[in-house]
Amino acid sequence: MAGRLLSFRSMEEISLGSQLLQFTVTGITIGSVYAMVAIGFNIIYNVTEAINFAQGEFVMLGGLVMVFFRVALGLPVFLALPLTVVVVTLVGIILDRLAIKPLSEPSVLTMVIATIGASFFIRGAAMMIWGKNPYDLPPFTGRTPISFLGAAVQPQGIWVLAFRVVVVVALTLFFDRTIMGKALRACAVNPEASRLVGINVRQMVLISFALSAGIGALGGIVITPISLMEYDRGPMLAVKGFSACILGGMGSFPGGILGGLLIGLIESLGAGLVSSGYKDVFALLVLLLVLFVRPSGLLGSSEVAKIKKF
Amino acid sequence: MIGFGLALAVFPLFAQKVSFVQHYLDVMVFAGIFSLVTIGLCLLMGYAGQISLGHASFFGLGAYISGVMTVKYGVNPWYCIPFGMAVASIVALVIGVPSLKLRGHYLAMATLAFCVIVTIVFNERVEITGGPDGLAFIPGLGIFGWTLNSPVRYYYFVWSIVLVALFLCTNLIGSRVGRALRSIHDSQQAASAVGVDVAKYKICAFVLSGALAALAGSLYAHYLNFINPASFDLFVSIKLIIMLMLGGMFSLWGAVIGAVLITFLSYEWLHYFEDAEVMIYGAIILTIVIFLPKGLVNLPERLKRIQADRSGVRSKVKAER
Repeated sequence: MAGRLLSFRSMEEISLGSQLLQFTVTGITIGSVYAMVAIGFNIIYNVTEAINFAQGEFVMLGGLVMVFFRVALGLPVFLALPLTVVVVTLVGIILDRLAIKPLSEPSVLTMVIATIGASFFIRGAAMMIWGKNPYDLPPFTGRTPISFLGAAVQPQGIWVLAFRVVVVVALTLFFDRTIMGKALRACAVNPEASRLVGINVRQMVLISFALSAGIGALGGIVITPISLMEYDRGPMLAVKGFSACILGGMGSFPGGILGGLLIGLIESLGAGLVSSGYKDVFALLVLLLVLFVRPSGLLGSSEVAKIKKF
Repeated sequence: MIGFGLALAVFPLFAQKVSFVQHYLDVMVFAGIFSLVTIGLCLLMGYAGQISLGHASFFGLGAYISGVMTVKYGVNPWYCIPFGMAVASIVALVIGVPSLKLRGHYLAMATLAFCVIVTIVFNERVEITGGPDGLAFIPGLGIFGWTLNSPVRYYYFVWSIVLVALFLCTNLIGSRVGRALRSIHDSQQAASAVGVDVAKYKICAFVLSGALAALAGSLYAHYLNFINPASFDLFVSIKLIIMLMLGGMFSLWGAVIGAVLITFLSYEWLHYFEDAEVMIYGAIILTIVIFLPKGLVNLPERLKRIQADRSGVRSKVKAER
């Protein structure tokens, strides 16, 4: 009897252990997408000091445009993926040209409101085009889960991680090794001084919108096979990516990645262990807590925060 | 202001005569309720220069406190309204103090999180709030045994509150506090250099606007007799900001004009478009922020300037010839 009880208990422990592992795997997957959203936020924030509220819409568009190329046109992944990124990047460029550049009195307040307007417009347009139903996308390499220490890992989850690593490496190289990347970083430190040394700040704003649109699209492309995609997914993704940004520290790329992973983990562990109905609350409580306790975030510096307008 | 009050007083007499616009009275009640929120929001955004994405939640807090207390505990509605305002003020203080002491737009982020959390709580605490199905049978209001049971009566009631709020806020803006708020909007450094306690005034504006929103929420609950979480989500917060932007965020009159226009738009005119509604709102914000950043109240001045520019160009051309 005692032996049976013991074995029963240890079985339960194993299942709890693998459950935890399962939640962690899910958390890292979804956290990677939040990290990509956070990186998008940071790129635009660094150049303009404004928050782009349409960032979640880029992710949504990435997913839905990919569905169009893959499912409706039947293109293979290696063709559909770059095409989707190009299309969404174009949307980012159009957003800058139509909504940000024409602002007669550009301030952080008006820029934020302009991006809110743009996000509504994009969401409405997506609803007219794709309707209100969620869409599925075939994963890049099958749906057979891989067993990993008792947890089931979706092959697509590995793709998500791989893409995040690629994005991070590519961005690091871009910001450290190219003139354009350095110019972007200069704008982040001091736009006026950058203008004085001959950097075209207007063009940098355009590039920042294009870049973050492209990265958002990638996030949407890789996550759609796991979580489906519909027209109104943007705001929640933006809120989570935003929480990731704040948690890691506004403007810090490593911070955004760390914040994204943490928010993903908190969310999936909270949903699994506490309550799934309140799954979205956990991430936001963390956001509030960070704002109140350490507004510069985990990796952000309070010195930089002082000179920023937002 | 007196002229505006008279126009408001006469409006129902006309509206009731013409059957086509009879229900406009009903819409005007909602417009009045939303005006109360935008007046408060105007103090915060236009004067203190802070974005709040959580005003729908203060609005909802007022509505749900009124609703839950009257329906579940049978409290007299008149006690619920000040109680809701008090709770909203305390909540605003709790959010506002940490985030407004910092420079920048931390309030926007804190209120964004607050708004989403409140909506989720309204949806999940089914035993108290009724969940997504909402809360029904909220009693109406009555004064001295005279129940406000028709749109006309409620119309006069709501709009007299709006006028009082408008009057008080106009005075506030003309006073020392108003000057301090405006100086903060122009430049925080300059304001604090001349001795304005920036954080204190920003927090004051936020708490006041939160309380006004809660008052509006209570009025909404007692008029509609039914509330559900969807009426108080992030979309509504943004809609409130659209109202303010459309009317003109630097003017209390703009706040009222914007509230009336957007209310008519969403309750009356946009029905014809249905699915395109979201897109139209987006287009409105973009148009306003690009072409009329000071809102509709600035339109006459803007037209005048354009005309002046044109005639200026013409006379210049003539001179060159």
